[in-house]
Amino acid sequence: MFNPENLIRKGLPKGYFKDILVRSLLGGITYLMVLIAVLLFGKIIIDGAPAIFTSEFPFVDTEFLTAKNETLHVFDDAKGTRHQLPASKYNEYIEAHAGQQIYNEQTFSYSGGGIAGPIIGTALLTCGSIILALFFGVCAAIYLAEYAKQSPFIHAVRLAILNLAGIPSIVFGLFGFSVFVLAAPVITANPVDRSLLVLPLFIEGWALSFQGWNSSLMAGCATLACMILPVVITASEESLRAVPQGFRDASLAMGGTRWQTIRKCVLPFSLPGILTSSLLAITRVAGETAPIMFTAAVAAKDDFPWEGLANPFDILSSQVQALPYHIYTLAARIPSSEYTQRAQFGSVLVFLILVAMLSFGSMVLRAKMRKKLKW
Amino acid sequence: MNATNNSMQESPEKTAASTPQAGGNCAVQIQNLSFSYGSSEALKNITLDLDRNAVTAFIGPSGCGKSTLLRCINRMNDEIIGARVTAGKIIVEDIEIHDPSVDVVKLRRDVGMVFQKSNPFPRSIFENVAFGLRMRGIRNKAVLEQSVEESLRAAALWDEVKDRLNESALGLSGGQQQRLCIARTIAVKPLVVLMDEPCSALDPIATAKVEELIWSLKKDYTFVVVTHNMHQASRVSDKTAFFYMGEMIEFGETTKMFTNPTVKRTEDYISGRFG
Repeated sequence: MFNPENLIRKGLPKGYFKDILVRSLLGGITYLMVLIAVLLFGKIIIDGAPAIFTSEFPFVDTEFLTAKNETLHVFDDAKGTRHQLPASKYNEYIEAHAGQQIYNEQTFSYSGGGIAGPIIGTALLTCGSIILALFFGVCAAIYLAEYAKQSPFIHAVRLAILNLAGIPSIVFGLFGFSVFVLAAPVITANPVDRSLLVLPLFIEGWALSFQGWNSSLMAGCATLACMILPVVITASEESLRAVPQGFRDASLAMGGTRWQTIRKCVLPFSLPGILTSSLLAITRVAGETAPIMFTAAVAAKDDFPWEGLANPFDILSSQVQALPYHIYTLAARIPSSEYTQRAQFGSVLVFLILVAMLSFGSMVLRAKMRKKLKW
Repeated sequence: MNATNNSMQESPEKTAASTPQAGGNCAVQIQNLSFSYGSSEALKNITLDLDRNAVTAFIGPSGCGKSTLLRCINRMNDEIIGARVTAGKIIVEDIEIHDPSVDVVKLRRDVGMVFQKSNPFPRSIFENVAFGLRMRGIRNKAVLEQSVEESLRAAALWDEVKDRLNESALGLSGGQQQRLCIARTIAVKPLVVLMDEPCSALDPIATAKVEELIWSLKKDYTFVVVTHNMHQASRVSDKTAFFYMGEMIEFGETTKMFTNPTVKRTEDYISGRFG
């Protein structure tokens, strides 16, 4: 006998509880990770905020962002008031209060003053490496996408480049150290003794010496550029391939050479894509510690990179401070205490804000470009 | 054909042999041409003479080789890996174009091409038409402006776009875009204009305009039109070649081809019995 109620079965379906269990397990794991992220960022923001935000206008502690990094001196004066002064102000205080006794003096390296040096160093490293990586990366991408025949050899080359992206950054650091710091060629009048090879040049007294660039901004930029080259090449090649074949055909059919076609009909339309994809590489460059540890970064530096230089190009061969390395130094090299927290968490917060701004900027740019470039 | 048009013939070793009318009434001579993509043969022993200042239509079912032949005439097939001419030759204005001494860039300046899908650059209308001239190193603004106006007038597009030359070419309708591509091609004054199904993406009115355009331009240029549309071939061409499976089945006056074809298969195709 036909019973319509049999069509829609009543009661719980088979496997109902198992389904709920799986669902809550997967959801729980997801939200656990979100919770960890929230805790992490919360901790950094809560502890770091006092270092860079103030209650008065302009609500940002400009000194922390613009002052040089110094040693922090903590001491009590004769009245029992506790002072926290960076080295320069401490010296002024001592001079001003000559003859007065101070008590309980403690010093904390790198914890006083601001972090202008690391911010500037990171900016210089990032700019330099992005310029290098874009130049070499776009050249390689143009060759791979436009000129090279799609043979098995080219596929192997492409695969090799992709694999380069998976190499740990510390390996790049060591590579940069052994190649750029110790072996890269320089033109100099007096080669050092450890130079690997000295080739005399035609100009009297000058020689091409493979003695390396020492630990310098130049070596750091080159190392970082090597690290992000695979990302830039891959992104650029994809952007080049995204340009419709019709543009190339039209240009070639009008009697354009291969290079004219690329320069006028392919590059202009792929450049926005190349640039936005490369912005993601910027965040990676800005954040890496390992590649610059041996090649460019120093923990402490009294001058800004451009100070005390004979000519402006010497900035390339000067060492710099860098934010990620500064954070590493603050975290690993000095004992943590209530007086170092401002510098530690402040630096991390500033760093996070910078990286977040870059990421957000690249996302907005990308969205805008996608809207604009339609054919 | 004036001398300035023949940039391809400026190469010194060729100049002596070539006078513009040397090829008789033929702009393009295709002699015993065979062509392969890798191992598959796309064209078999094609011999065909294309009249100067006339429209020749290539018809035939898909994959019959008509587009391949068209792309051979300005060596666009060079871009395809593994594609090569296996036998025979193509002579454009007395120059064998597959000869190693021929510069393919110069060849393409004399043999322009309009593609199936209209492909204006995402630049202004002016820049689209001036593109070929700029590539040739012409920077003089007055010369460019004059040339752009001439080309747009010739392409019957001037009145529609003269007030918005600096707007993006992508704002034009499909038919206008295709006429812009034609204007862009004739702006560099080629000898031969190859058209690969120029109207397949256009509505009947836009198609009619492009066809009118071909008729009106034929006094200055030699046209080769590949088309799937038999009516278009009958409307627009002086001579028609019918291809099937990489072979040329029949070639002759369009009026004769469409009224009284000599080969049975041509008749079958034209009357719609297959294809």
